[in-house]
Amino acid sequence: MSEQEQPNDEGGEGSHRRDGEPEPAKAGAQASAAGSGAMSAAAGPTARPILSVRDASKAFGAVHALEGVSIDLYGSEVHAVVGENGAGKSTLVKILGGVHPPDSGTLLGSDGRPLFLNGTAAAREAGIAIIFQEPTLFPDLSVAENVFIARQPRRRGGRIDHRLMRRESRALFERLGVPLDPDRVARGLSIAEQQIVEIGKALSFDARVVVMDEPTAALSATEVARLFGVVGSLREHGVAVVFISHRLEEVFAICQRVTVLRDGRLVLTQPVSELTAGDLVRAMVGRDIAARAHEHHDPAGAVLRVQNLSRAGIFQDISFEVRAGEIVALSGLVGAGRSEVARAAFGIDEYDSGSVFVGERRLRKGVPIDAMRAGVAMVPEDRRQQGLVMDMSIQDNIALASLRALTRHGLLIGPAQRAFATDWAARLQVKYSRITNPATSLSGGNQQKVVLAKWLSREPSVIIVDEPTRGIDIATKAEVHRLLVELSRSGVAVLVISSELPEVLAVADRILVMREGRVVAELAQAEASEERIMAAATGQADVPVAIKDGSPA
Amino acid sequence: MSAPAPPAGDPAELASPRRLVDVVLRARTFGIVVVLGVVVAISALIQSRFVGGGELRFILSQTSLYALVAVGEAMVIMTRNVDLSVGSVVGLSAYVSANMFGTHPGIPTILVFAVGLGVGLACGVVTGAITAIGRVPSLVVTLAMLYIIRGIDTIVVGSGVVLASTEPSSFLNLPTDTVLGIPDIALAVAVVVAIAAYYLNSFRSGRDLYAIGSDPDAARRAGIPIAKRVFTAFVISGALSGVAGVIWAAQYATIESTAATGLELQIIAAVVVGGVAIFGGSGSVVGAALGALLLQTINSALNVIGVSSIWIEAIYGLMLIAAITLDRGIQVRLAAALRKRRVRLGA
Repeated sequence: MSEQEQPNDEGGEGSHRRDGEPEPAKAGAQASAAGSGAMSAAAGPTARPILSVRDASKAFGAVHALEGVSIDLYGSEVHAVVGENGAGKSTLVKILGGVHPPDSGTLLGSDGRPLFLNGTAAAREAGIAIIFQEPTLFPDLSVAENVFIARQPRRRGGRIDHRLMRRESRALFERLGVPLDPDRVARGLSIAEQQIVEIGKALSFDARVVVMDEPTAALSATEVARLFGVVGSLREHGVAVVFISHRLEEVFAICQRVTVLRDGRLVLTQPVSELTAGDLVRAMVGRDIAARAHEHHDPAGAVLRVQNLSRAGIFQDISFEVRAGEIVALSGLVGAGRSEVARAAFGIDEYDSGSVFVGERRLRKGVPIDAMRAGVAMVPEDRRQQGLVMDMSIQDNIALASLRALTRHGLLIGPAQRAFATDWAARLQVKYSRITNPATSLSGGNQQKVVLAKWLSREPSVIIVDEPTRGIDIATKAEVHRLLVELSRSGVAVLVISSELPEVLAVADRILVMREGRVVAELAQAEASEERIMAAATGQADVPVAIKDGSPA
Repeated sequence: MSAPAPPAGDPAELASPRRLVDVVLRARTFGIVVVLGVVVAISALIQSRFVGGGELRFILSQTSLYALVAVGEAMVIMTRNVDLSVGSVVGLSAYVSANMFGTHPGIPTILVFAVGLGVGLACGVVTGAITAIGRVPSLVVTLAMLYIIRGIDTIVVGSGVVLASTEPSSFLNLPTDTVLGIPDIALAVAVVVAIAAYYLNSFRSGRDLYAIGSDPDAARRAGIPIAKRVFTAFVISGALSGVAGVIWAAQYATIESTAATGLELQIIAAVVVGGVAIFGGSGSVVGAALGALLLQTINSALNVIGVSSIWIEAIYGLMLIAAITLDRGIQVRLAAALRKRRVRLGA
């Protein structure tokens, strides 16, 4: 996979830049057609797409993240890409950004020639800039330097022209309509401001395509309004903007065209004006409702009670309870604050106010040991980083949380440990060749079972499971679901955090939907549907009503 | 980041308390100067001899060597690395260069400096190559180099010693020669510090050092040649240590194989006290040099006011803790201020 595009002649583009400034990275194969003219072009899509994705597919292992997706991006147009968590949006972004080359399919420049993006640098040279939800700036460098790092304008002798750099940065931010001080250090910038710096950087590269990956997820309302202004000025400058968002009202506010992805496939690409919010939600969800893993039953008294839990800027006034024998799901979009609530309840993170009870016992905040002693177990989202010691054996991993019971006079009893681990591995049907092999030797699904075994072996009264089936195959997924149900049957209170709606619907007795740090809906199993959850999670309160007319019950 | 404050009439700012961030960070260097002033003032009150020209000249002369090594060390630490081998390099260079007078009588002093520089360069190239190209953690590489270079030193020196009698008096007088009352060496080191500061501020490759230490991943994505820059930082650190070795020889005259043992930790202390973040990305060589000056001044001050020198190491330790506590405090304050602000702006 080699770099095949030929950079254009350095002086070829009639640019607004002056001599002595850093040469902007050339827009590669498409610069010739999208040259100086487009920069000053009036708003309105040009006839030819600036960038086309043709039939792109990408798989990670057995998971098809993207299958045969084709999208055309036009100058002066804001193109929304929407879909559920895991629909393939991030994969698309990574293909555009040169992070992952597609397994098959091509990218075409504005002249119709294929682009081979084999790295972020190649994408940048092709005029594509990615603005990530949480940009990575150099915290110790000034804003101006973050824009121009490694490309600082120079005077004779190679000295950096600080004044010109500052002036250029200021001009960039003025073009964007956001007066950021070029001299301040990046440390302490809000996420919104960091995004503006990244967008400024994209402009300084003369990017023709700017991809924004859920830029508004962490922004306040005023910041979102400002970002929309910036998107508007990018449009005026002829840039093709790809806008990825979970918030449908934003799609209708600033986008001209929308593409819906579902399970890695393209569902539709249409002008926004032809669609309603209800259409979009249906297109995003539109699959068969998954079979329920269990029938409803009557849970006993509350075991875990969370009351008025708040943490400034993260989540507000969260109250709920989980009863013995009940599975409660915390649903909502990534970034809505679900994991944060669970982490605070378990004592990993601090919280500002509120309280957490297990039975009648109030848990001390910020002390996970206290929660564990009270019988709470937590299976974290990231099993490789937080759930397992990857280089340790399966046996040691399973026994890790129960060591006290397996020691005599402070020394571990080897045979007891092995019997213990073998027993739990069998109960959870972990597939392994030797129990002394390292955890790395297992598949993702079996690793997750080991994590579950580790915590279940403590026989907790409350178990919190964060994204229990992320990245594991379908068969094992069903097994994990069955396990969770059995667990609740045996009287354990289960709190599940999941981004996958079918999973939530399959296992949960009750579903709490979070949006922007608040619980915005509570749905009993009987009344829950993917549409209702998505509507609540995206803030489309009126959608369920709209759907009632046209969708199956 | 010593960019001048933006002119008045700046466009309206997004972040109102942005000044807080900048002012606090700049205050870091200013803080050392203040502490330095306080130490000098207190010492002078107790013992007026302290502010006499002789004592201050002595401090400056003593500081020069430390400041020189600290500049190189600071450049390495800025890139989120560390150079533990500087003490050994100074020791080896001190012996090899001083020994030149014995083996080549009448050799010009400037040539001796060149030899010291050469020794340092060689050490820096090896250390830098292993660290940057081999992608091995610098903590381990330079720890190994600390022992290897010291080992070479011991083998070369054997049981021998360079005695002051073999060195010309013009060489031994170097530390006390002055121009307008200021030690020559201090002036030369000040020039080196100024050049290093200018380089770090005004050249892409210099700014790259900060970027690498600030966020290595982002640096890679920005296309910064990390291995090359880190290598260069180690070579500069080695070279400056080599030159410092010659100064060491002139100052102490009698050189054994244990010369400058443990110097690396004093240097790192000076660099950190001087405000260079131990995890890289921020700080300045001027700060590092001031850190060296502060520690040296405290050393002399204790001497002059009659405190036993056995206290000096404990006090260095206290200074370090004070410095990192200050840095940590600044960070926590900033984070808190930021969180409050976001809540205020929040919808």
